[in-house]
Amino acid sequence: MKFTLSWLKDHLETSADLDEIVKTLTMVGLEVDSVVNPAEKLRTFKIAKVISAQKHPNADRLKVLAVDTGTGDPVQVVCGAPNARAGLVGVFGKPGDYVPGIDLTLSVGNIRDVESFGMMCSERELELSDEHDGIIDLPEDAPVGETYADYAGLNDPIIEIGLTPNRPDCTGVYGIARDLAAAGLGELKENRPEPIDGTFPCPTKVRLEFGDTAPLCPAFGLRLVRGVKNGPSPKWLQQRLIAIDLRPINLLVDITNYITFDRGRPLHVFDAAKVQGDLVVRRGQTGETLVALDDKEYSVDEDVCVIADDNGLESLAGIMGGAASGCDENTVDVLIESALWDPLNIAHTGRRLGVGSDARYRFERGVDPAFMLPGIEQATKMVLELGGGTPSEISLVGKVPEPEMIIHFPLSEIKRLVGLEVYPTEAKVILSRLGFWVSGSTEDVKVAVPTWRPDIHGKADLVEEIMRIVGVDKVPVTPLPREQHIGQKVLTQGQIRRNKARRALAVRGLDEAVTWSFISKIQADLFGGGSAELALANPISTDMSDMRPSLIPGLVMASQRNADRAHADVALFEVGQVFASDETDGQQMLATGLRRGTAVLTGPGRHWSGNSEDVSAFDAKADALSVLEAIGVNVNNLQVSRDAPAWFHPGRSGTLKLGPKNTLAVFGELHPKVLRDLQVKSAIAVFEVFLDAIPEPRRKGSRTRGVLNIADLMSVRRDFAFLLDRSMDVDKLVKAAKGADKSVIDSVTVFDIYEGAGVAEDKKSVAIDVVIQPRTKTLTDEEIDAISVKVIAAVEKVTGGQLRK
Amino acid sequence: MSDIETLENEISAAIDAATNESALDEVRVGAIGKKGKVSELMKTLGKMSPDERKVMGPALNGLKTRVNEAILVRKDALENQALEARLATEIIDVTLPVRSGPSNEGRLHPVSQVVDELTAIFADMGFAIAEGSDIETDYYNFTALNFPEGHPAREMHDTFFFPEKPDGSRKLLRTHTSPVQVHTMEAQEPPIRVIIPGRTYRCDSDQTHTPMFHQVEGLVIDKTTHIGHLKWVLEEFCKTFFEVDDIHMRFRPSFFPFTEPSMELDIGCSFKGNEIRIGEGDDWLEILGCGMVHPNVLRMSGLDPDVYQGFAFGVGIDRLAMLKYGMPDLRAFFDADIRWLKHYGFRPLDLPTLFGGLTS
Repeated sequence: MKFTLSWLKDHLETSADLDEIVKTLTMVGLEVDSVVNPAEKLRTFKIAKVISAQKHPNADRLKVLAVDTGTGDPVQVVCGAPNARAGLVGVFGKPGDYVPGIDLTLSVGNIRDVESFGMMCSERELELSDEHDGIIDLPEDAPVGETYADYAGLNDPIIEIGLTPNRPDCTGVYGIARDLAAAGLGELKENRPEPIDGTFPCPTKVRLEFGDTAPLCPAFGLRLVRGVKNGPSPKWLQQRLIAIDLRPINLLVDITNYITFDRGRPLHVFDAAKVQGDLVVRRGQTGETLVALDDKEYSVDEDVCVIADDNGLESLAGIMGGAASGCDENTVDVLIESALWDPLNIAHTGRRLGVGSDARYRFERGVDPAFMLPGIEQATKMVLELGGGTPSEISLVGKVPEPEMIIHFPLSEIKRLVGLEVYPTEAKVILSRLGFWVSGSTEDVKVAVPTWRPDIHGKADLVEEIMRIVGVDKVPVTPLPREQHIGQKVLTQGQIRRNKARRALAVRGLDEAVTWSFISKIQADLFGGGSAELALANPISTDMSDMRPSLIPGLVMASQRNADRAHADVALFEVGQVFASDETDGQQMLATGLRRGTAVLTGPGRHWSGNSEDVSAFDAKADALSVLEAIGVNVNNLQVSRDAPAWFHPGRSGTLKLGPKNTLAVFGELHPKVLRDLQVKSAIAVFEVFLDAIPEPRRKGSRTRGVLNIADLMSVRRDFAFLLDRSMDVDKLVKAAKGADKSVIDSVTVFDIYEGAGVAEDKKSVAIDVVIQPRTKTLTDEEIDAISVKVIAAVEKVTGGQLRK
Repeated sequence: MSDIETLENEISAAIDAATNESALDEVRVGAIGKKGKVSELMKTLGKMSPDERKVMGPALNGLKTRVNEAILVRKDALENQALEARLATEIIDVTLPVRSGPSNEGRLHPVSQVVDELTAIFADMGFAIAEGSDIETDYYNFTALNFPEGHPAREMHDTFFFPEKPDGSRKLLRTHTSPVQVHTMEAQEPPIRVIIPGRTYRCDSDQTHTPMFHQVEGLVIDKTTHIGHLKWVLEEFCKTFFEVDDIHMRFRPSFFPFTEPSMELDIGCSFKGNEIRIGEGDDWLEILGCGMVHPNVLRMSGLDPDVYQGFAFGVGIDRLAMLKYGMPDLRAFFDADIRWLKHYGFRPLDLPTLFGGLTS
């Protein structure tokens, strides 16, 4: 919402300066976005008179002017404007002046061998209008040598406020003045338009025809003014409209725009000669169209409120008039409309048809019903004063609603909700100045809400009114009492797990990424998602259309972007949500990581100490296990199986399970087909840990760690090598060896896997190091041999392998 | 006597002449070994007269002791020489670069670190951390938060919707973390003190808007908390978060459907080129919206607004990170550019705490 300082002062009697006004606006909740004085940029331009105008010796279209700038000798200026002539009084810019409309700082020029010491400016060059047919032509009595901006009344700061949607009353300058007056910045001027008597009945009849459907127009006022002389509006009116970025059209249209911004009351004018028959306010019908004043064609239906005559649609009610019945310079008889519309319907229609206007902006927020008829009177007064004519009586159909909102308001609410002490008298004065009626002499009052404040519904709203006028800065800062003296644990199990997963992965050299929650349909399909209920109805692009079923595609694409920037060996992870359904429990938390190229644990790339190899499923497995371990899972209890989802390489992937059904993690290399579909050509190893699947740890009563049991006896190590089928899982061998004699076997380490010469083609040799820890006494050679026999027997039985001799 | 002297000189010369341990050992064997010259002389003692023995005994013993010592000294010197020689060959180029190791490479995303910072601050003030799901119903995202049906305030939220279901309802991506306010009040009896960090979504994209971003919401509900407390909490938060001793703050009345009265908070700052400095200067920067929870929201959450009251605030986590750490472009937060992550990310061992400082 824009307005100028002088416009504000039309409604506010004040001695406050601009600074104080701007500060107060912000502090009462009308936040000032900008203050611009259009005179500032034109400070240097002076009024000057052309003494003589000669034809340029070397150019037919140019003239050489002698210009009196009011500072001594005339100045020579070369000028191409067709209206440049001796005697013209215009606006002069000297060398060094900045001309905003052409973004140029003037210098002494030489145009076809004639020197030019400045410029006579057009309105467009000074950003006053689009006029560029000639240079500015001022009245002969304009004072030569004076600053043009002052003479033209441009020294009028333009204030722009960011209006919150709850304040329709401040879509007019008058409402803004009311707030400032309430804040003690001066007195609000009465300025209520006086009724004007019509001399004949309005000949155009209006009918509201909504049948059985909900009426969309509570009231409609119409007045004809005959014999108006339409044309450009007066300079002051044009200047105000230009200042707030509106284009002056003609007197009648400019008056409606002016009142829209002056009082927040949108109006419409029809050229009566173009209206055929009665005006009917009704719902549109499918198939009907209207070319509106923005020259665009709109199709309507029964959800759109329209105004029609015998010719068809004439207006999108409350939003924009039709081009066919609009007023132009030939308009003589004008119909002035002031009506009320259903705010929800206006908002809905505007959104559906994609049409915005100053009228829609106000009607959807709620205009003051009580100003419907005064609005028509104010317009009539301006039309008569500026364009002449004879007014009809006002034809009113429907009934202007008289909303009556009375709020029971104990003044103690102010202290309760804000913590601010306000004297009852002060509270009452503030409310009265804002237009509320306050009755009751105690501290328990009744407050009637004015018709222009549809946003006020209850006590809390009144508290806000008082707080914002008194000033939020007056509210004393009050410490929030501590509920307990030492802070308590506040994180949930899930939050703690995510934090641990993040830091565990970063410690392993992965960088944390945050990628979009939505991915492309193709990617969602590849990773088990893509269901219709998780596809956005209005995605921002096809790359961001479906809620992600997995974090892998986002990380793969992120790694590809880095590869495209010549950073191919990246290790990334994300801890975030994936979506299995649109229900609350369909959202799950995962920790997912990706290693690409040679980004192994020790670091990527070539190094004098040894080059890194391409990442493999084992890198991903190690990452997944460390996340689980960091979270507190006993990874020795996990089972590894080969049933990773279809997007993994079938032979180079696995799952980590607790029990037969509860999958805690998957890891591996991606399926070559998936890589092809994602257009990635590089080794990629990924893992996903399902954080929500990890069971809650059992609550222990005590924090003690249990007794530490260290044997003092020396441990003994024995190596074994077994020949196994190549397809045999080494895990089975390790478990069998460990289980051979649990009382003394401390650990089993696989230290060599060999396939090749000396070993049959379908076999592999697996060597293990078994640590035997005596507990109570040193073992004899015979006892150790007996344990070895048990190990061999157990392994051979479980794996079908043989000890390699 | 002179024989002994001569022998001693002879042995000493041989010890000095020995250039390695084996040569020295030969000297030792030749002098005091079983058949060494000194040992041989000592064997003659038995045949000597008592008087002779009285003189020769100590003389020979003294000789043996001195020879032994001299050999030990020489041995030590030779060992040192040998070590020096070996060390002279054992030189590596210590200027060669080493791999720094994974814990120095990995970085946490600034959003995670800032959430941890917020947690540290608000946990100290007794706030718990609540969360909710990203996919919400129209009721929790709008209706329960007092957004009237069809009101322009709904439109300002640029909502992402899911397809309409057969019953006409449709889910949406939450446009703010505020729905969790309602869930929290429904699930828990006051007093309530929570902050609610999370992902939020709006279909909007330019330099300062991304279709996904992060918000943190604060909610306090009890029977006494008012705007004075809200001002204190936000003042303490801003000072602690931005790690400045003093901060200029300006509360402005504003409008949000779910709070009444509503305010926006500006903090004092200065703009120097592309850099924003918090805690100095005369410019204002809007950082968050806040207010007293609207009576309608309390009512819809099952609380009596004449009994319970409290405040809520909401602020962009990404925006807080940008202001504190100086990232110029929001879009880069979600690009996973490794160069950006290494530059703006945080080391995994830098855990923000109040006792050790939010940033070290």
